[in-house]
Amino acid sequence: MTEALRRTPIHEAHVRLGGRIVPFAGWEMPVQYKGIVDEHVAVRTAAGLFDVCHMGELEMGGEHAASVVNYLVTNDVSRLGVGQALYTCCCNEQGVILDDLIVYRAADQRFLIVCNASNREKISTVFAKAAENHCEFKDLSDETALIALQGPKAFDVLALAGKDAASLVELKSFHFRDAVVANIKCTVARTGYTGEDGVEIFCAWKDAAALWDHLIELGGPLGLKPCGLGARDTLRLEARLSLYGNDIDETTNPIEAGLGWVVKMDKGDFVGRDAIEKIKASPLPRKIVGFEMVGRGIARHGYPLRDASGKEIGVCTSGSPGPTVGKSIGLGYLPTELSAVGTTFFVDCRGKNIEAVVVKTPFYKRK
Amino acid sequence: MSTTFPADLKYTKDHEWTKKTDAGLLVGITSFAVEQLGDITLVSLDVKVGDTLAAGKAFGTIESVKTLSDLYAPVAGKIVRINTDLTDKPELVNEDCYGKAWMIEIAPSDASAEGLLDVAAYKAHVDASG
Repeated sequence: MTEALRRTPIHEAHVRLGGRIVPFAGWEMPVQYKGIVDEHVAVRTAAGLFDVCHMGELEMGGEHAASVVNYLVTNDVSRLGVGQALYTCCCNEQGVILDDLIVYRAADQRFLIVCNASNREKISTVFAKAAENHCEFKDLSDETALIALQGPKAFDVLALAGKDAASLVELKSFHFRDAVVANIKCTVARTGYTGEDGVEIFCAWKDAAALWDHLIELGGPLGLKPCGLGARDTLRLEARLSLYGNDIDETTNPIEAGLGWVVKMDKGDFVGRDAIEKIKASPLPRKIVGFEMVGRGIARHGYPLRDASGKEIGVCTSGSPGPTVGKSIGLGYLPTELSAVGTTFFVDCRGKNIEAVVVKTPFYKRK
Repeated sequence: MSTTFPADLKYTKDHEWTKKTDAGLLVGITSFAVEQLGDITLVSLDVKVGDTLAAGKAFGTIESVKTLSDLYAPVAGKIVRINTDLTDKPELVNEDCYGKAWMIEIAPSDASAEGLLDVAAYKAHVDASG
Protein backbone atom coordinates (compact mmCIF):
# COMPACT_ATOMS: atom_id res chain seq x y z
CA MET A 1 0.00 0.00 0.00
CA THR A 2 1.79 3.11 -1.19
CA GLU A 3 -1.03 5.62 -0.83
CA ALA A 4 -2.99 6.28 2.32
CA LEU A 5 -6.61 5.19 2.16
CA ARG A 6 -9.11 8.00 1.88
CA ARG A 7 -12.16 8.46 4.07
CA THR A 8 -15.58 9.65 2.97
CA PRO A 9 -17.24 12.53 4.87
CA ILE A 10 -19.52 9.92 6.48
CA HIS A 11 -16.71 7.82 7.93
CA GLU A 12 -17.35 8.82 11.52
CA ALA A 13 -21.00 7.75 11.29
CA HIS A 14 -19.98 4.35 9.90
CA VAL A 15 -17.74 3.75 12.89
CA ARG A 16 -20.44 4.98 15.28
CA LEU A 17 -23.00 2.64 13.65
CA GLY A 18 -20.70 -0.33 14.08
CA GLY A 19 -19.65 -0.61 10.46
CA ARG A 20 -16.79 -2.94 9.66
CA ILE A 21 -14.39 -0.84 7.63
CA VAL A 22 -12.37 -2.39 4.81
CA PRO A 23 -10.11 -1.00 2.09
CA PHE A 24 -11.91 -0.64 -1.24
CA ALA A 25 -10.59 1.07 -4.38
CA GLY A 26 -8.35 3.33 -2.31
CA TRP A 27 -11.02 4.15 0.26
CA GLU A 28 -11.97 3.00 3.72
CA MET A 29 -15.53 1.80 3.27
CA PRO A 30 -18.02 -0.09 5.45
CA VAL A 31 -18.52 -3.63 4.14
CA GLN A 32 -21.33 -4.29 6.63
CA TYR A 33 -22.86 -3.11 9.88
CA LYS A 34 -25.05 -5.76 11.58
CA GLY A 35 -24.86 -8.25 8.73
CA ILE A 36 -25.05 -8.50 4.97
CA VAL A 37 -28.22 -10.57 4.85
CA ASP A 38 -29.98 -8.30 7.34
CA GLU A 39 -29.08 -5.23 5.26
CA HIS A 40 -30.00 -6.95 2.01
CA VAL A 41 -33.44 -7.83 3.37
CA ALA A 42 -33.93 -4.27 4.66
CA VAL A 43 -33.44 -2.91 1.14
CA ARG A 44 -35.84 -5.45 -0.40
CA THR A 45 -38.56 -4.92 2.22
CA ALA A 46 -38.06 -1.40 3.63
CA ALA A 47 -35.08 0.81 2.84
CA GLY A 48 -31.31 1.00 3.01
CA LEU A 49 -28.82 3.83 3.01
CA PHE A 50 -25.47 3.49 1.22
CA ASP A 51 -22.45 5.75 1.34
CA VAL A 52 -21.16 5.89 -2.24
CA CYS A 53 -19.08 9.03 -1.84
CA HIS A 54 -16.09 7.13 -3.19
CA MET A 55 -17.53 7.21 -6.70
CA GLY A 56 -16.19 9.73 -9.18
CA GLU A 57 -18.20 12.74 -10.38
CA LEU A 58 -17.01 14.50 -13.52
CA GLU A 59 -18.47 17.49 -15.32
CA MET A 60 -18.30 18.35 -18.99
CA GLY A 61 -19.61 21.73 -20.10
CA GLY A 62 -19.64 24.01 -23.10
CA GLU A 63 -21.31 24.22 -26.48
CA HIS A 64 -19.62 21.03 -27.69
CA ALA A 65 -20.24 19.07 -24.48
CA ALA A 66 -23.01 16.90 -25.93
CA SER A 67 -21.01 15.83 -28.97
CA VAL A 68 -17.79 15.24 -26.99
CA VAL A 69 -19.52 13.13 -24.32
CA ASN A 70 -21.41 11.28 -27.02
CA TYR A 71 -18.13 10.45 -28.76
CA LEU A 72 -16.69 9.00 -25.54
CA VAL A 73 -19.58 6.71 -24.58
CA THR A 74 -21.54 3.97 -26.33
CA ASN A 75 -25.08 5.07 -25.46
CA ASP A 76 -26.69 8.11 -27.11
CA VAL A 77 -26.62 11.12 -24.79
CA SER A 78 -27.95 13.41 -27.54
CA ARG A 79 -31.36 11.93 -26.81
CA LEU A 80 -31.29 13.03 -23.16
CA GLY A 81 -33.47 15.92 -22.15
CA VAL A 82 -32.29 18.21 -19.37
CA GLY A 83 -32.93 16.40 -16.08
CA GLN A 84 -32.55 12.94 -17.64
CA ALA A 85 -29.84 10.36 -17.15
CA LEU A 86 -28.72 7.15 -18.81
CA TYR A 87 -26.49 4.17 -18.17
CA THR A 88 -23.67 3.61 -20.63
CA CYS A 89 -20.33 1.98 -21.29
CA CYS A 90 -17.18 3.91 -22.06
CA CYS A 91 -14.93 1.88 -24.37
CA ASN A 92 -11.51 2.27 -25.91
CA GLU A 93 -10.66 1.89 -29.63
CA GLN A 94 -10.48 -1.90 -29.17
CA GLY A 95 -14.11 -1.89 -28.10
CA VAL A 96 -13.41 -3.15 -24.58
CA ILE A 97 -14.90 -1.51 -21.53
CA LEU A 98 -12.96 1.21 -19.72
CA ASP A 99 -15.82 1.82 -17.32
CA ASP A 100 -19.58 1.84 -16.97
CA LEU A 101 -21.09 5.25 -16.22
CA ILE A 102 -24.27 7.14 -15.57
CA VAL A 103 -24.44 10.33 -17.64
CA TYR A 104 -26.76 13.10 -16.42
CA ARG A 105 -27.77 16.03 -18.59
CA ALA A 106 -27.77 18.87 -16.05
CA ALA A 107 -28.25 21.61 -18.68
CA ASP A 108 -28.36 21.72 -22.44
CA GLN A 109 -24.60 22.20 -22.49
CA ARG A 110 -23.60 20.58 -19.20
CA PHE A 111 -23.26 16.90 -18.28
CA LEU A 112 -22.46 15.17 -15.02
CA ILE A 113 -20.75 11.80 -15.36
CA VAL A 114 -20.57 9.32 -12.48
CA CYS A 115 -17.83 6.72 -12.76
CA ASN A 116 -16.50 3.92 -10.56
CA ALA A 117 -14.08 4.86 -7.78
CA SER A 118 -11.50 2.43 -9.12
CA ASN A 119 -11.63 4.08 -12.56
CA ARG A 120 -11.82 7.71 -11.58
CA GLU A 121 -8.30 8.67 -12.65
CA LYS A 122 -8.52 6.71 -15.88
CA ILE A 123 -11.88 8.14 -16.90
CA SER A 124 -11.00 11.62 -15.70
CA THR A 125 -7.93 11.49 -17.94
CA VAL A 126 -9.91 10.26 -20.95
CA PHE A 127 -12.56 12.96 -20.53
CA ALA A 128 -10.04 15.73 -19.80
CA LYS A 129 -8.09 14.84 -22.94
CA ALA A 130 -11.20 14.81 -25.10
CA ALA A 131 -12.26 18.15 -23.63
CA GLU A 132 -9.04 19.93 -24.62
CA ASN A 133 -9.85 23.00 -26.73
CA HIS A 134 -13.50 21.91 -26.98
CA CYS A 135 -15.12 21.82 -23.57
CA GLU A 136 -14.75 22.77 -19.97
CA PHE A 137 -13.95 19.68 -17.95
CA LYS A 138 -13.92 19.45 -14.17
CA ASP A 139 -13.34 16.54 -11.83
CA LEU A 140 -15.79 17.29 -9.00
CA SER A 141 -15.19 14.04 -7.11
CA ASP A 142 -13.45 15.66 -4.15
CA GLU A 143 -16.29 18.07 -3.47
CA THR A 144 -19.29 15.91 -4.42
CA ALA A 145 -20.78 13.40 -2.02
CA LEU A 146 -23.20 10.67 -3.06
CA ILE A 147 -25.65 8.76 -0.87
CA ALA A 148 -28.00 6.08 -2.18
CA LEU A 149 -31.41 5.64 -0.53
CA GLN A 150 -32.94 2.45 -1.88
CA GLY A 151 -35.94 0.25 -1.20
CA PRO A 152 -39.74 0.21 -1.35
CA LYS A 153 -39.91 2.72 1.52
CA ALA A 154 -37.30 5.11 0.11
CA PHE A 155 -39.93 7.70 -0.80
CA ASP A 156 -41.67 7.30 2.56
CA VAL A 157 -38.37 8.28 4.14
CA LEU A 158 -38.05 11.27 1.81
CA ALA A 159 -41.62 12.25 2.67
CA LEU A 160 -40.35 12.92 6.21
CA ALA A 161 -37.44 15.06 4.96
CA GLY A 162 -39.38 18.19 4.02
CA LYS A 163 -41.94 19.35 1.48
CA ASP A 164 -39.61 19.47 -1.48
CA ALA A 165 -38.18 16.03 -0.69
CA ALA A 166 -41.70 14.65 -0.31
CA SER A 167 -42.52 15.68 -3.89
CA LEU A 168 -39.57 13.70 -5.27
CA VAL A 169 -41.89 10.71 -5.53
CA GLU A 170 -43.08 12.30 -8.78
CA LEU A 171 -39.62 12.01 -10.29
CA LYS A 172 -39.56 9.46 -13.11
CA SER A 173 -37.03 6.67 -13.37
CA PHE A 174 -33.63 7.93 -14.60
CA HIS A 175 -34.72 11.55 -14.07
CA PHE A 176 -33.15 13.94 -11.59
CA ARG A 177 -33.54 17.45 -10.22
CA ASP A 178 -32.25 19.79 -7.54
CA ALA A 179 -34.10 19.37 -4.28
CA VAL A 180 -33.89 20.28 -0.62
CA VAL A 181 -33.66 17.19 1.57
CA ALA A 182 -33.64 17.70 5.34
CA ASN A 183 -32.76 21.36 4.76
CA ILE A 184 -29.73 20.42 2.67
CA LYS A 185 -29.32 21.43 -0.97
CA CYS A 186 -29.05 18.28 -3.05
CA THR A 187 -29.47 16.88 -6.52
CA VAL A 188 -31.64 13.79 -6.46
CA ALA A 189 -31.78 11.13 -9.17
CA ARG A 190 -34.21 8.23 -9.37
CA THR A 191 -31.48 5.70 -10.03
CA GLY A 192 -29.80 2.95 -8.10
CA TYR A 193 -27.80 -0.24 -8.04
CA THR A 194 -29.99 -2.61 -6.03
CA GLY A 195 -32.91 -3.62 -8.23
CA GLU A 196 -35.24 -1.61 -5.97
CA ASP A 197 -36.92 1.72 -6.42
CA GLY A 198 -35.07 4.59 -4.81
CA VAL A 199 -32.83 7.55 -5.31
CA GLU A 200 -29.22 8.58 -5.38
CA ILE A 201 -28.58 11.91 -3.69
CA PHE A 202 -25.70 14.23 -4.55
CA CYS A 203 -24.72 16.94 -2.10
CA ALA A 204 -21.70 18.96 -1.09
CA TRP A 205 -18.95 16.97 0.64
CA LYS A 206 -19.33 19.11 3.77
CA ASP A 207 -23.08 18.41 4.02
CA ALA A 208 -22.93 14.64 3.55
CA ALA A 209 -22.51 13.62 7.19
CA ALA A 210 -25.51 15.73 8.25
CA LEU A 211 -27.64 14.39 5.40
CA TRP A 212 -26.69 10.82 6.31
CA ASP A 213 -27.53 11.33 10.00
CA HIS A 214 -30.88 12.94 9.14
CA LEU A 215 -31.90 10.11 6.82
CA ILE A 216 -30.83 7.42 9.31
CA GLU A 217 -32.87 9.13 12.01
CA LEU A 218 -35.94 9.76 9.85
CA GLY A 219 -35.88 6.32 8.27
CA GLY A 220 -35.09 4.24 11.33
CA PRO A 221 -38.73 3.88 12.44
CA LEU A 222 -39.62 2.78 8.87
CA GLY A 223 -37.02 0.04 8.91
CA LEU A 224 -34.25 1.88 7.07
CA LYS A 225 -30.81 0.47 7.80
CA PRO A 226 -27.32 1.60 6.93
CA CYS A 227 -25.93 -0.80 4.32
CA GLY A 228 -22.39 -1.66 3.38
CA LEU A 229 -20.60 -2.78 0.25
CA GLY A 230 -21.47 -6.41 1.01
CA ALA A 231 -25.22 -5.91 0.66
CA ARG A 232 -24.66 -3.58 -2.28
CA ASP A 233 -22.96 -6.49 -4.04
CA THR A 234 -25.59 -9.15 -3.27
CA LEU A 235 -28.40 -6.75 -4.21
CA ARG A 236 -26.87 -5.77 -7.54
CA LEU A 237 -26.05 -9.39 -8.35
CA GLU A 238 -29.64 -10.53 -7.80
CA ALA A 239 -30.73 -7.68 -10.08
CA ARG A 240 -28.03 -8.80 -12.53
CA LEU A 241 -26.30 -5.42 -12.66
CA SER A 242 -22.70 -5.58 -13.82
CA LEU A 243 -19.83 -4.84 -11.47
CA TYR A 244 -16.76 -3.26 -13.03
CA GLY A 245 -13.65 -5.24 -12.19
CA ASN A 246 -15.72 -8.42 -11.84
CA ASP A 247 -18.11 -8.89 -14.75
CA ILE A 248 -16.74 -6.21 -17.04
CA ASP A 249 -13.26 -4.80 -17.49
CA GLU A 250 -10.71 -4.05 -20.19
CA THR A 251 -10.83 -7.65 -21.41
CA THR A 252 -14.58 -7.65 -22.09
CA ASN A 253 -16.68 -5.91 -24.71
CA PRO A 254 -20.25 -4.66 -24.18
CA ILE A 255 -21.77 -7.20 -26.55
CA GLU A 256 -20.48 -10.32 -24.80
CA ALA A 257 -21.15 -8.62 -21.44
CA GLY A 258 -24.86 -8.40 -22.25
CA LEU A 259 -24.67 -4.61 -22.52
CA GLY A 260 -25.44 -4.36 -26.24
CA TRP A 261 -28.55 -2.39 -25.28
CA VAL A 262 -26.38 0.57 -24.27
CA VAL A 263 -24.45 0.55 -27.56
CA LYS A 264 -26.14 2.74 -30.18
CA MET A 265 -24.49 2.01 -33.51
CA ASP A 266 -26.74 4.46 -35.35
CA LYS A 267 -25.81 7.57 -33.34
CA GLY A 268 -22.68 8.43 -35.34
CA ASP A 269 -19.04 7.80 -34.58
CA PHE A 270 -17.81 7.01 -31.07
CA VAL A 271 -14.71 5.53 -29.51
CA GLY A 272 -14.72 1.77 -30.09
CA ARG A 273 -17.41 1.84 -32.77
CA ASP A 274 -15.33 0.16 -35.50
CA ALA A 275 -14.19 -2.59 -33.17
CA ILE A 276 -17.72 -3.21 -31.90
CA GLU A 277 -19.03 -3.29 -35.48
CA LYS A 278 -16.55 -6.10 -36.23
CA ILE A 279 -17.54 -7.92 -33.04
CA LYS A 280 -21.19 -7.71 -34.04
CA ALA A 281 -20.49 -8.89 -37.59
CA SER A 282 -19.15 -12.30 -36.54
CA PRO A 283 -20.53 -14.96 -34.21
CA LEU A 284 -19.85 -14.14 -30.57
CA PRO A 285 -17.28 -16.61 -29.13
CA ARG A 286 -18.53 -16.23 -25.57
CA LYS A 287 -21.13 -14.41 -23.57
CA ILE A 288 -22.05 -13.67 -20.01
CA VAL A 289 -24.72 -15.88 -18.42
CA GLY A 290 -26.51 -16.02 -15.13
CA PHE A 291 -26.45 -19.34 -13.34
CA GLU A 292 -27.72 -21.10 -10.25
CA MET A 293 -25.79 -23.72 -8.35
CA VAL A 294 -27.48 -27.12 -8.54
CA GLY A 295 -25.12 -28.74 -6.05
CA ARG A 296 -24.10 -27.30 -2.72
CA GLY A 297 -21.54 -24.59 -3.30
CA ILE A 298 -20.91 -20.91 -3.74
CA ALA A 299 -19.34 -19.69 -6.97
CA ARG A 300 -16.80 -16.92 -6.50
CA HIS A 301 -15.11 -14.43 -8.81
CA GLY A 302 -12.34 -16.19 -10.72
CA TYR A 303 -13.50 -19.79 -10.24
CA PRO A 304 -13.13 -21.79 -13.49
CA LEU A 305 -16.25 -23.13 -15.22
CA ARG A 306 -15.89 -26.66 -16.60
CA ASP A 307 -17.79 -29.08 -18.81
CA ALA A 308 -18.67 -32.63 -17.73
CA SER A 309 -15.26 -33.88 -18.89
CA GLY A 310 -13.52 -31.38 -16.65
CA LYS A 311 -12.34 -29.13 -19.49
CA GLU A 312 -12.21 -25.44 -18.62
CA ILE A 313 -14.82 -23.63 -20.69
CA GLY A 314 -15.22 -20.31 -18.95
CA VAL A 315 -14.88 -18.29 -15.80
CA CYS A 316 -17.15 -17.12 -13.01
CA THR A 317 -17.09 -13.33 -12.68
CA SER A 318 -19.46 -12.86 -9.73
CA GLY A 319 -21.09 -15.24 -7.31
CA SER A 320 -22.70 -15.35 -3.91
CA PRO A 321 -25.70 -16.62 -2.07
CA GLY A 322 -28.75 -14.61 -3.19
CA PRO A 323 -30.53 -13.79 0.07
CA THR A 324 -33.85 -12.89 -1.59
CA VAL A 325 -33.88 -15.52 -4.33
CA GLY A 326 -32.79 -18.11 -1.79
CA LYS A 327 -30.31 -19.71 -4.14
CA SER A 328 -26.60 -19.64 -4.73
CA ILE A 329 -26.21 -17.59 -7.90
CA GLY A 330 -23.53 -16.25 -10.18
CA LEU A 331 -22.49 -14.67 -13.44
CA GLY A 332 -19.80 -15.90 -15.78
CA TYR A 333 -18.63 -16.16 -19.34
CA LEU A 334 -19.39 -19.32 -21.31
CA PRO A 335 -18.93 -20.27 -24.98
CA THR A 336 -22.01 -19.03 -26.86
CA GLU A 337 -23.01 -22.58 -27.86
CA LEU A 338 -23.14 -23.52 -24.16
CA SER A 339 -24.93 -20.41 -22.97
CA ALA A 340 -28.60 -21.35 -23.49
CA VAL A 341 -30.91 -21.34 -20.49
CA GLY A 342 -31.03 -24.86 -19.04
CA THR A 343 -27.47 -25.79 -20.02
CA THR A 344 -25.64 -27.48 -17.17
CA PHE A 345 -21.95 -27.15 -16.41
CA PHE A 346 -19.67 -27.26 -13.38
CA VAL A 347 -18.14 -24.59 -11.20
CA ASP A 348 -14.68 -25.52 -9.95
CA CYS A 349 -14.98 -24.47 -6.31
CA ARG A 350 -11.36 -24.84 -5.24
CA GLY A 351 -11.00 -28.29 -6.74
CA LYS A 352 -14.57 -29.47 -6.21
CA ASN A 353 -16.67 -29.46 -9.37
CA ILE A 354 -20.19 -28.42 -8.37
CA GLU A 355 -23.02 -28.60 -10.89
CA ALA A 356 -24.67 -25.37 -12.04
CA VAL A 357 -27.31 -24.46 -14.60
CA VAL A 358 -27.74 -21.44 -16.86
CA VAL A 359 -30.90 -19.52 -15.88
CA LYS A 360 -32.80 -16.48 -17.06
CA THR A 361 -31.80 -13.17 -15.53
CA PRO A 362 -32.37 -10.99 -13.64
CA PHE A 363 -32.45 -13.43 -10.74
CA TYR A 364 -34.67 -10.95 -8.92
CA LYS A 365 -37.14 -8.45 -10.34
CA ARG A 366 -39.21 -6.21 -8.13
CA LYS A 367 -42.98 -6.47 -8.46
CA MET B 1 -23.25 -10.16 18.37
CA SER B 2 -20.98 -10.44 21.33
CA THR B 3 -17.78 -12.40 21.44
CA THR B 4 -17.66 -14.78 24.36
CA PHE B 5 -15.00 -17.38 25.07
CA PRO B 6 -16.06 -20.10 27.50
CA ALA B 7 -13.40 -20.80 30.10
CA ASP B 8 -13.74 -24.59 29.89
CA LEU B 9 -12.61 -24.73 26.24
CA LYS B 10 -9.17 -24.76 24.64
CA TYR B 11 -8.47 -22.67 21.58
CA THR B 12 -6.26 -22.34 18.50
CA LYS B 13 -4.74 -19.29 16.82
CA ASP B 14 -7.00 -20.07 13.84
CA HIS B 15 -10.00 -19.17 16.03
CA GLU B 16 -11.24 -22.67 16.63
CA TRP B 17 -12.31 -24.10 19.97
CA THR B 18 -11.98 -27.63 21.30
CA LYS B 19 -13.85 -29.33 24.08
CA LYS B 20 -12.76 -32.52 25.79
CA THR B 21 -15.15 -35.46 25.40
CA ASP B 22 -14.92 -39.16 26.21
CA ALA B 23 -13.91 -39.93 22.63
CA GLY B 24 -11.52 -37.02 22.14
CA LEU B 25 -12.14 -33.39 21.25
CA LEU B 26 -15.11 -31.59 19.76
CA VAL B 27 -14.03 -28.85 17.36
CA GLY B 28 -15.82 -25.69 16.24
CA ILE B 29 -15.11 -22.06 15.50
CA THR B 30 -15.17 -19.24 18.05
CA SER B 31 -17.60 -16.36 18.28
CA PHE B 32 -14.76 -14.09 17.17
CA ALA B 33 -14.42 -16.09 13.94
CA VAL B 34 -18.19 -16.04 13.46
CA GLU B 35 -18.29 -12.28 13.91
CA GLN B 36 -15.51 -11.84 11.39
CA LEU B 37 -17.22 -14.08 8.83
CA GLY B 38 -20.75 -12.69 9.16
CA ASP B 39 -23.73 -14.66 7.90
CA ILE B 40 -22.60 -18.25 7.42
CA THR B 41 -24.06 -19.76 4.26
CA LEU B 42 -22.14 -22.96 3.72
CA VAL B 43 -20.18 -25.44 5.81
CA SER B 44 -18.30 -28.14 3.90
CA LEU B 45 -16.77 -30.85 6.03
CA ASP B 46 -14.55 -32.67 3.55
CA VAL B 47 -13.63 -35.62 5.76
CA LYS B 48 -15.30 -38.83 6.81
CA VAL B 49 -15.36 -40.80 10.01
CA GLY B 50 -12.14 -42.83 10.26
CA ASP B 51 -9.96 -40.34 8.35
CA THR B 52 -6.73 -39.42 10.07
CA LEU B 53 -5.53 -35.84 9.91
CA ALA B 54 -2.26 -34.13 10.68
CA ALA B 55 -2.44 -31.10 12.95
CA GLY B 56 -3.09 -27.98 10.88
CA LYS B 57 -4.50 -29.92 7.92
CA ALA B 58 -7.69 -28.50 6.40
CA PHE B 59 -10.77 -30.60 7.16
CA GLY B 60 -13.27 -28.37 5.39
CA THR B 61 -14.33 -24.89 4.52
CA ILE B 62 -16.78 -22.40 5.91
CA GLU B 63 -18.30 -19.73 3.71
CA SER B 64 -20.18 -16.56 4.47
CA VAL B 65 -21.85 -14.30 1.95
CA LYS B 66 -18.57 -12.62 1.12
CA THR B 67 -15.74 -14.93 2.08
CA LEU B 68 -14.44 -18.44 2.40
CA SER B 69 -12.20 -19.76 5.16
CA ASP B 70 -10.49 -23.09 5.63
CA LEU B 71 -11.12 -25.14 8.74
CA TYR B 72 -7.99 -26.68 10.23
CA ALA B 73 -7.53 -29.73 12.41
CA PRO B 74 -6.44 -28.33 15.78
CA VAL B 75 -4.61 -31.55 16.62
CA ALA B 76 -3.45 -34.69 14.85
CA GLY B 77 -5.89 -37.55 15.12
CA LYS B 78 -8.70 -39.65 13.77
CA ILE B 79 -12.16 -38.32 12.93
CA VAL B 80 -14.73 -39.93 15.24
CA ARG B 81 -17.84 -37.95 14.38
CA ILE B 82 -18.98 -35.33 11.93
CA ASN B 83 -21.82 -32.87 12.49
CA THR B 84 -23.95 -33.49 9.42
CA ASP B 85 -26.63 -31.06 10.68
CA LEU B 86 -24.47 -28.23 9.38
CA THR B 87 -24.95 -29.39 5.80
CA ASP B 88 -28.51 -28.15 5.70
CA LYS B 89 -28.32 -25.66 8.56
CA PRO B 90 -25.13 -23.62 8.22
CA GLU B 91 -26.90 -20.83 10.14
CA LEU B 92 -26.43 -22.92 13.30
CA VAL B 93 -22.90 -21.54 13.33
CA ASN B 94 -24.27 -18.02 13.75
CA GLU B 95 -26.84 -19.16 16.31
CA ASP B 96 -24.85 -21.47 18.55
CA CYS B 97 -21.19 -21.70 17.63
CA TYR B 98 -20.15 -23.38 20.91
CA GLY B 99 -23.06 -25.82 20.99
CA LYS B 100 -25.09 -27.14 18.07
CA ALA B 101 -22.49 -25.97 15.56
CA TRP B 102 -19.66 -28.23 16.66
CA MET B 103 -18.07 -29.48 13.45
CA ILE B 104 -16.01 -32.60 14.03
CA GLU B 105 -14.99 -34.82 16.90
CA ILE B 106 -11.39 -35.94 16.69
CA ALA B 107 -9.47 -38.51 18.75
CA PRO B 108 -5.96 -37.08 19.22
CA SER B 109 -3.17 -39.41 18.14
CA ASP B 110 -0.36 -37.58 19.89
CA ALA B 111 0.27 -34.94 22.52
CA SER B 112 -0.41 -31.98 20.19
CA ALA B 113 -3.52 -31.12 22.24
CA GLU B 114 -1.18 -29.87 24.93
CA GLY B 115 -0.22 -26.99 22.68
CA LEU B 116 -3.77 -25.58 22.62
CA LEU B 117 -4.40 -22.16 24.13
CA ASP B 118 -6.30 -21.62 27.35
CA VAL B 119 -8.92 -18.90 27.40
CA ALA B 120 -6.55 -16.21 28.68
CA ALA B 121 -3.97 -16.93 25.99
CA TYR B 122 -6.65 -17.00 23.30
CA LYS B 123 -8.13 -13.69 24.46
CA ALA B 124 -4.67 -12.17 24.28
CA HIS B 125 -4.33 -13.54 20.75
CA VAL B 126 -7.69 -12.05 19.72
CA ASP B 127 -6.77 -8.69 21.21
CA ALA B 128 -3.48 -8.76 19.35
CA SER B 129 -5.18 -9.56 16.03
CA GLY B 130 -7.41 -6.56 16.53
